[in-house]
Amino acid sequence: MTAAPEQIDVLDEAREQVLERGVGLSEAQVLKVLELPEDRIPELLALAHEVRERWCGPEVEVEGIVSLKTGGCPEDCHFCSQSGQFPSPVRSAWLDIPGLVRAARQTRETGATEFCIVAAVRGPDKRLLSQVRDGIKAIRADGNDIQIACSLGMLTQEQVDELVAMGVHRYNHNLETARSHFPNVVTTHSWEERWDTLKMIRDAGMEVCCGGIIGMGESLAQRAEFAVQLAELEPDEVPLNFLIPNPGTPYENYPVVEGAEALRTVGAFRLALPRTILRFAGGRELTFGDLGAKQGMLGGINAIIVGNYLTNLGRPAQQDLDMLEELSMPIKALSQTL
Amino acid sequence: MTYCSFCGKDTADGDHAFCRQRLSMIDPPRYCSECARRMVVQVTPDGWAARCSRHGEITSAR
Repeated sequence: MTAAPEQIDVLDEAREQVLERGVGLSEAQVLKVLELPEDRIPELLALAHEVRERWCGPEVEVEGIVSLKTGGCPEDCHFCSQSGQFPSPVRSAWLDIPGLVRAARQTRETGATEFCIVAAVRGPDKRLLSQVRDGIKAIRADGNDIQIACSLGMLTQEQVDELVAMGVHRYNHNLETARSHFPNVVTTHSWEERWDTLKMIRDAGMEVCCGGIIGMGESLAQRAEFAVQLAELEPDEVPLNFLIPNPGTPYENYPVVEGAEALRTVGAFRLALPRTILRFAGGRELTFGDLGAKQGMLGGINAIIVGNYLTNLGRPAQQDLDMLEELSMPIKALSQTL
Repeated sequence: MTYCSFCGKDTADGDHAFCRQRLSMIDPPRYCSECARRMVVQVTPDGWAARCSRHGEITSAR
């Protein structure tokens, strides 16, 4: 006798559908996972870890990031301390080329294979693209073979082509949240404009890095919506951030995402995106602390940003590298990415 | 008088436990402790540098 659909356990479904067949969960299924009681989180994380090992392998991709142009952004992303529209204490700053080269070298020395150059802008102007071009040349002249990614906002086709010509292999452009929630988070541009940039990146042959931030007032249903919208995009990488309520932003008084809820989200996103690089990004220090970071790594995560972020600080890189060693998780080598 | 590097207010005025917690975990200093001016801060993968227009630069390397 077959159980009625409402009686089928979502983790049993996921075991057959995601683990065995590699088919990500639907929106309704992701929502069920996000609603699992706390005592089932260990079971969820164990399954998500199995899925990650089956479809992505045991390696962990390590990345470092740096802000090339900080603050003064004309956009109003409500989570961001770099928006010029809010009374945030973050002031505008430009990193010079020697500073960029040093940052890339620091990142490579951790064993990282990825270095992402980030700018707080709506989209890059000629000056910024010129700085990126000169920076990449200088990083290579320094003998650094690390893979270079960029995150420079919305792009035109011409700018996409320029980045490809510079050798940028991956581009980050986060959708940030569910399409239905996006207008509550950003009003100066649309979710669809971001989607258009992502399609251009994919069509140009660059790898697509697209994720978002959990804890911006979205409902669980919207979190599930976001997971399947990301799956529809088929990104190479999804960075998963947890809101850091930064002073001066409209979200400064939002609560930090609670650890159990964050772990549930990690597991659910892995079950929606079985083949994607799922990266621990900003906010994990506040949300998880040390113990939770390990649980996340054993719950579907297979990539990590080490060291500091753009305007906030992270754990020392060595602490995360030690954690990976303790967990017997090999770091992806550069030779595997080329 | 000294100022809180996280919120920019007088350290003797009010409770700065939350500020200290943030500074110990995820935030570089944003305000000069001597004059409370907002500083220009550059975060890099393994450190930070914060510059006050009046009192100069401090870094995570000390």
